[in-house]
Amino acid sequence: MKVFFAFVKKEFWHVIRDKRSLIILIGLPIVMMLLFGFALTSEVKNSNIAILDFSKDAASKILVDRIDQSQYFTVNKYLHSENEIEGVFRKGEVRLVLIFPQNFENDLSKDKKTQLRLVADASDPNTANITINYASAIIRDYQNELNENKKLPYTIEMETRMLYNPQLKSSYNFVPGVMTLIMMLLGAMMTSVSIVKEKEMGTMEILLVSPMKPIMVLVSKAVPYMVLCFLDIILILLMAVYILDMPIQGSLVLLLAESLLFIITTLSLGLLISVNVNSQQVAMFISLVALLMPSLIFSGFMFPIENMPLPLQVMSNLIPTKWYYSIVKAIMVKGLAFEYVLKQTLILAGMTVFFLTIAIKKFKINLEA
Amino acid sequence: MSSISVKNITKTYEKGKVLALDNISLEVKSGELFGLIGPDGAGKTTLFRILTTLLVADQGQATVAGLDVVNNLWDIRKIVGYMPGKFSLYQDLSIEENLNFFATVFNTTVEENFHLIEDIYVQIEPFKKRLAGKLSGGMKQKLALCCALIHQPNVLFLDEPTTGVDPVSRKEFWDMLDRLKTRGITILVSTPYMDEASRCDRIALIQKGKILDIDTLQNIISKNTQLLLAVKGEERFRLLNDIRAYEDTLTCFAFGEENHVVLKSGREKVDFLSKYLADKKHKGLEIKPIEPNIEDTFIKLMLESENAQ
Repeated sequence: MKVFFAFVKKEFWHVIRDKRSLIILIGLPIVMMLLFGFALTSEVKNSNIAILDFSKDAASKILVDRIDQSQYFTVNKYLHSENEIEGVFRKGEVRLVLIFPQNFENDLSKDKKTQLRLVADASDPNTANITINYASAIIRDYQNELNENKKLPYTIEMETRMLYNPQLKSSYNFVPGVMTLIMMLLGAMMTSVSIVKEKEMGTMEILLVSPMKPIMVLVSKAVPYMVLCFLDIILILLMAVYILDMPIQGSLVLLLAESLLFIITTLSLGLLISVNVNSQQVAMFISLVALLMPSLIFSGFMFPIENMPLPLQVMSNLIPTKWYYSIVKAIMVKGLAFEYVLKQTLILAGMTVFFLTIAIKKFKINLEA
Repeated sequence: MSSISVKNITKTYEKGKVLALDNISLEVKSGELFGLIGPDGAGKTTLFRILTTLLVADQGQATVAGLDVVNNLWDIRKIVGYMPGKFSLYQDLSIEENLNFFATVFNTTVEENFHLIEDIYVQIEPFKKRLAGKLSGGMKQKLALCCALIHQPNVLFLDEPTTGVDPVSRKEFWDMLDRLKTRGITILVSTPYMDEASRCDRIALIQKGKILDIDTLQNIISKNTQLLLAVKGEERFRLLNDIRAYEDTLTCFAFGEENHVVLKSGREKVDFLSKYLADKKHKGLEIKPIEPNIEDTFIKLMLESENAQ
């Protein structure tokens, strides 16, 4: 036990004295959370909208004001003819153009029927969709207000409810994603690099010629990184709750326990890499290319897995991050209890045992190739 | 009683393609300071790694302190001290931290065995807070020796401890080994420097995986009875080439100002050589018989070994 603590102490010295690893350990989670939280958001806010108003009456003015005041749009241009529409899109000045017909108010009050046209720049289809939806919602609200106290025959009112994430905050999506990626990066890469470093520096040679059992060497190397990864999870959760206002719906204890399991999964992957390679560069390369890339693609964080061709969908099942990502979403966003993530937990646990078994089997007790 | 016993060890790398050790045998007595002397690539490190259980020999047996290096691997790892050829301590840990760490790894404390390392440690103690990576070569070696000694090993393996160390530190290092010997620790040390052979009780000369001879330095040299000539002249390089071109020359190597020459005919035709060189108009020519040193003897044994193949 004393040996173990000496090892842990030594490992912390390594981390603290190596500025690069310190920056990665503490800086990376913070930077990623802030980036995804404030810079790389998929929410569309303050889109520029142009107005082509052929009626110029009170009703159209009210509607334009509503749109301008919403957080989603800024009215930055008034057009005078349809010919100008293409020009503003070409220059990229606006994302959306709203066109009022002549006699807008008149038609609305007398005929109870009028038409509005929305033209969107669909060169970015997702954004076009989102802006159209936002604009339609504002127009619908206005319409509902007008229809209040009036009996209309045969109207179907739609009431949509966004479950789990009523405000459609993107943090609900990326916080679990960032947790997954950070753990993969730190758990697998830092562990494998730190073990391979001992081989490269020759210190493994001395450690092997000592009474310390090799398996103890591995465990003592992994444990400090487990602690550091766990601290990172806590750091990310604190940032999610206090900076990004994202509540943790489910049980915090369950979330932390599942995170610990995933950390052990990534550590065993790191060990697996480290027993197979002999240089830090190769270890880092494998961690980045063979682990981080698939994790990014197949976790479901960036691209929906349902849309992928079947072979890729099958492949995604082999990626541990996919399962952890869905666990975190289930607990954090949906507030589900343990029985709902049981399947994912068992798969992760199975993977961990598999990786660890291979790593331990392949670990050499000497320098034989 | 022998502390290290090597019997017919053969080791190859890359699936038998590279022969590193070729059927070698040697015995190191308990408490002996034994030198393994040979150039780079001779197989010294391979033998060290087999004896420290880091590599497994293809053929042959070896024991350390009576324990088999394959079957009693874990027992050996408890009682040997090993200092690899490459500096292998944590560069980002200080002297103190390295020492404490390795003491703990071997289930002991610095205090418990301080008497063993005291006279070495006092020399680096003023820098104990300095990181190992920032130490000079000599200080690194002293620290590595302290770390290898801290668990009071029965047998100490030092793989090229003086390579890359300045002459003063080298001499100090050997003085330290002398003192350790008085404590009854068996020491196997390898070195490419022939002049360090004189500091060992016995030496084994090793070349291309083969042992050329095992004996005390004096015995090895005195077995070398061939006549050695020291030839000096003003034009050193032309002289060397001319002697090498001479038909009766067996070997000729430059040693500082002199060329050490062995003739095929031995003692009989020394005069012919001086006439041959005089004909080549060499000035300041001086030819005199000298006592061979360890390097001359190594070259002789090396050539004999190569011719035997």
